[in-house]
Amino acid sequence: MRALTWHGKHDVRVETVDDPGIVNPRDAVIKVTSTAICGSDLHLYDNYIPSMMKGDILGHEFMGEVVEIGPKSTLKLGERVVVPFTIACGSCYHCGKQQFSACDNGNPAENQDAGEKLYGQTMSGLFGYSHLTGGYAGGQAEYVRVPFSDVGPIVIPDGVDDDKVLFLSDILPTGWMAAENCDIAPGDTVAVWGCGPVGLFAVQSAFLLGAERVIAIDHFDNRLALAKRFGAETINYKTTDVAMALRELTGGVGPDACIDAVGLEAHGLTADNVYDQIKVSSFMATDRPHALRQAIMACRKGGKLSIPGVYGGFVDKFPIGALMEKGLQVKTGQTHVQRNLPALLTAILDGKIDTTFLISHRMPLEAAAEAYKLFKEEQDRVTKVVLKPGMVAA
Amino acid sequence: MASTMTDDTPAATRRDGDRATAEAGQGARDSVTARSVTINRPAAELYRFWRDFNNLPKFMADIVVIDVVDATHSRWTVKAPGDREVGWTAEVTEDQPDRLIAWEGRGDIRNSGRVEFRDAGARGTIVTATIAYDPPGGALGKLVAKLFRREPAVQAAHDLRRFKQLMATGEIATPAMNLAQLIDDEESR
Ligand SMILES: NC(=O)c1ccc[n+]([C@@H]2O[C@H](COP(=O)([O-])OP(=O)(O)OC[C@H]3O[C@@H](n4cnc5c(N)ncnc54)[C@H](O)[C@@H]3O)[C@@H](O)[C@H]2O)c1
Ligand SMILES: [Zn+2]
Ligand SMILES: [Zn+2]
Repeated sequence: MRALTWHGKHDVRVETVDDPGIVNPRDAVIKVTSTAICGSDLHLYDNYIPSMMKGDILGHEFMGEVVEIGPKSTLKLGERVVVPFTIACGSCYHCGKQQFSACDNGNPAENQDAGEKLYGQTMSGLFGYSHLTGGYAGGQAEYVRVPFSDVGPIVIPDGVDDDKVLFLSDILPTGWMAAENCDIAPGDTVAVWGCGPVGLFAVQSAFLLGAERVIAIDHFDNRLALAKRFGAETINYKTTDVAMALRELTGGVGPDACIDAVGLEAHGLTADNVYDQIKVSSFMATDRPHALRQAIMACRKGGKLSIPGVYGGFVDKFPIGALMEKGLQVKTGQTHVQRNLPALLTAILDGKIDTTFLISHRMPLEAAAEAYKLFKEEQDRVTKVVLKPGMVAA
Repeated sequence: MASTMTDDTPAATRRDGDRATAEAGQGARDSVTARSVTINRPAAELYRFWRDFNNLPKFMADIVVIDVVDATHSRWTVKAPGDREVGWTAEVTEDQPDRLIAWEGRGDIRNSGRVEFRDAGARGTIVTATIAYDPPGGALGKLVAKLFRREPAVQAAHDLRRFKQLMATGEIATPAMNLAQLIDDEESR
């Protein structure tokens, strides 16, 4: 089959690779109909995430048709499903508590060593996201082997367009959980750093969860305009002092909750030798301000800090004093995707959440390398790229 | 040892782990490794699966085969580097249903194993495996490195994780895309 493979910094290629098949009893194989490129993929593209290997197939946002099932799969051939990016067993202690991204059993035994060293315990497996999270082949491909297909994938009713439901695989549940983690109370103001897909879904979700005001921060006009469309007030950090603006917009109090939907590429970060391919200099070269640091400083006393943005290792100059003295509550993590899927699917079908506004580009899988470059270099215009394996180039 | 008064940790986690484990009566051996996992299945079920030594190769990576000879004896054949195999006969030396199994191996290498199952309430069962190797001559480091393809402590940790996956989910997690890759991975492991 054809798939998008990683070969190093800014080097991804569409190649012919082995076809996947059933390996374990609970597996299914999905024929991909739509797959998206994520902000998280850019961290791989820019080589910020350790333990990548040449030839790894990327992609963790995908959906398609069930074409093969193992004896313990509950899916039926021909069903259309969206697949969560977190590979979770559904039966361990953490899955029992709906903490799917903390699943004990989704990550192969050998791959757990690195996670144990780096984080103390390993997290669940993830599709197409380095060997730290299992080394599973991802969904930017014609076909994917999906483990634990009896608990992960959600079946999509016939007649519902891919574009409407594809983002259930990651960014919609991620934006939703980011807002959920703010424990929003009536009258609350929520500030969101980053108006990428995650930030934009966090804006929508915060309003749906009862926020009175949402303030969105970015420097891309087009992305800020999208946030505005959902009712957010906006701050362009290139032209405005964010800290001061947030203080003034909230009568000197600070936002009740702050969401960092930017992640590790916003600011300086020092890495230790666990992943030595990451050079401190490359972080220091970026002139972006520290979104997380800014969020902590801006947040009101006793407020909530929600961090959906991805971090891989260690941060420098972390304002632990402000976090502790102000008594902020922090919630973060890779998304427990499976947790909110049924509710979010219903919200989409009822027209309460719109996802299609996000898609700026639809391209054939064969053009995936080009799509990465485009997404990386023209973020303002390119809000989300959906790759279609079957599509013929226009 | 003074520290035992104020340190409640398992012997094998101490900095002088080998000696401490020996003193705690868990096998006087040169190299001891103990690891625990919590599995959300009842102790009786886990004990029953482990007690049938035919099942061990399903999650212990380097074992080629275990032939069960009688109720307490089994013959183990284990992969060694360079397409070689080593082997021993194991005798079950302690058997407390639903709680504990201990065995001693005699052959190419002397070794002992002990696995305990402790009830952990709603979380299931805490399984602790202690593995010790005692090669002749005492030049343990070199010998074990020659006999096994991976350091025994690392191997034990991996085996226990696979045991947990198999018992909790009915399968062992693998990134292999298809059966051919799975076989390749297992051979290169
Ligand atoms: N927790 C999870 O499970 C999960 C899931 C998906 C994505 N993510 C992460 O969420 C983050 C966002 O993902 P995305 O797809 O929206 O990415 P994206 O790259 O499309 O968007 C990031 C946005 O942040 C903006 N930005 C950069 N620095 C900023 C700053 N200092 N202040 C304000 N805005 C700033 C950028 O201009 C960009 O618009 C990434 O780190 C991604 O890895 C996490
Ligand atoms: Zn994603
Ligand atoms: Zn689990």
